Amino acid sequence: MTLPDSFTPAEAAERAVRADYSRILATLIRMTRDVDLAEDALQEAAVRALQTWPRDGIPDQPRAWLTVVARRCALDRIRRDKVRQSKEAESVWLLEHEAPEPEASVVRDDLLRLVFTCCHPSLSLDAQVALSLRTLGGLSTSEVARALMVPEATMAKRLTRAKQKIQQAHIPYRVPSDAELPERLPAVLATVYLIFNEGYAAAAGKDAMRATLVDEAIRLGRLLHDLMPDEASIAGLLSLMLLQDSRRAARIDMNGSVVLLADQDRSLWREDLIREGVELVGEALRRTPDTPDPYAMQAAIAACHGIAGDYSSTDWDAIISWYDVLLSIQDSPTARLGRAGAVSERDGAQAGLIEVEAITGLDAYPWWHASRAELLTRLGRLDEADMASQQALALGLNEAHARFVGRTRAAST
Amino acid sequence: MPEYVAMVYSKDVDWSLPEHAAEMAEYGAFNEAAAAVIRGGAALYPTATATTVRVSGGKGGDVLATDGPYAETKEALTGFFILECADLDEAIAMAAKIPAAWDGAVEVRPVLPIM
Repeated sequence: MTLPDSFTPAEAAERAVRADYSRILATLIRMTRDVDLAEDALQEAAVRALQTWPRDGIPDQPRAWLTVVARRCALDRIRRDKVRQSKEAESVWLLEHEAPEPEASVVRDDLLRLVFTCCHPSLSLDAQVALSLRTLGGLSTSEVARALMVPEATMAKRLTRAKQKIQQAHIPYRVPSDAELPERLPAVLATVYLIFNEGYAAAAGKDAMRATLVDEAIRLGRLLHDLMPDEASIAGLLSLMLLQDSRRAARIDMNGSVVLLADQDRSLWREDLIREGVELVGEALRRTPDTPDPYAMQAAIAACHGIAGDYSSTDWDAIISWYDVLLSIQDSPTARLGRAGAVSERDGAQAGLIEVEAITGLDAYPWWHASRAELLTRLGRLDEADMASQQALALGLNEAHARFVGRTRAAST
Repeated sequence: MPEYVAMVYSKDVDWSLPEHAAEMAEYGAFNEAAAAVIRGGAALYPTATATTVRVSGGKGGDVLATDGPYAETKEALTGFFILECADLDEAIAMAAKIPAAWDGAVEVRPVLPIM
């Protein structure tokens, strides 16, 4: 295993452990049928690695090393517990006999089992997010707590309850059948996208842990895409996240204010992510000629922005068409608001305002008011614009966004 | 295999009355279809017949019996099934076939095995 020299031995050890954490855990859970036991055993192995690797160097096959030690720890734990021992002959056999480097297809299935167990519909969405970050992302409980802005004790309790439910209610550790997949996959994608948005919305990144949620969601997206390369919705979601994240450096200015798409310095956009996102969305669209996928539609819209050299050369016709497809499969007020924004760019502020005001159900959504404020300002209807801005602020836009609305207000007075 | 109790929440009526015969027949059909996994169960008289019992002042204290169910809810606990299933997914699939699932709700809880 080669690692850049810039890492200290301790950092390198930590990275190596992290890199293999979820796949080793996934296999251990299958063998022990006990999330807690598997986690504890792997944790113990990780601690030993972090104690010895910085001193002795990282072994040639760190994954095999960790796997062997973690399985031994799991066996020790099972043997110490007499009640367990009698019940778990099968676990013991697997722990003792399965090859330390299971076949790729076995690991793939183990990871899939873990994904679908973490995102089982009988767990609350909060629990799904926390469990996914903990087990698939390998974040510690305190890291998950900080990322989701929940006290650590609360998060520990949430994770414990979720694991207890898996155990006590016998949530199965298995990959859903092809017939079940359409029912089960959306929950997985929703969880990943929620993790992404938690990080993305935090924007300015007062706590770096929040920003790691974005990276974590993309990592999970990549993992899912590797595991299920034929699923269009996964390619669509991954593409959407990459395209949104490609603008990370340009989205927030030095004062922490949100920079609108129109004003972003496009030289700060990540070319590589845009290219990858555009490729993936093409893949997603090719795979779903009949039933468009909502993530792929949103990714297509993001791709239109991504490939426009500057704001004025944006292909608004294409964007509006994609919104129309999106609305035909998943009508939502926020998608309508997006379409209205595109219309205002193509056909002018008046046409956009008519669309914005025709949307019902967004009275409590600050961005609806902010959009009205902006369009009313462009039309010179400054009193109304001011009222709309105040409503947007009263509905609690976050700090960075509020500064943007404040600027619109300042411009209108 | 683990056991689950599927608690049936439905409208609070007297299921023995002839006017509910059609619905009872649906339960009969479920009983037949799920015979392989049903380990027990019962239908209950409406909550108007319920008595809630408490003992005040700790064990051995005064028995306090009050009229009515423990919790007043829009849909009432009107019966239950004990199901033996491979896992929660199978239990959920079974619960989804109980008529109350589309006419009320079914709560599925794993049974705590007492050794």
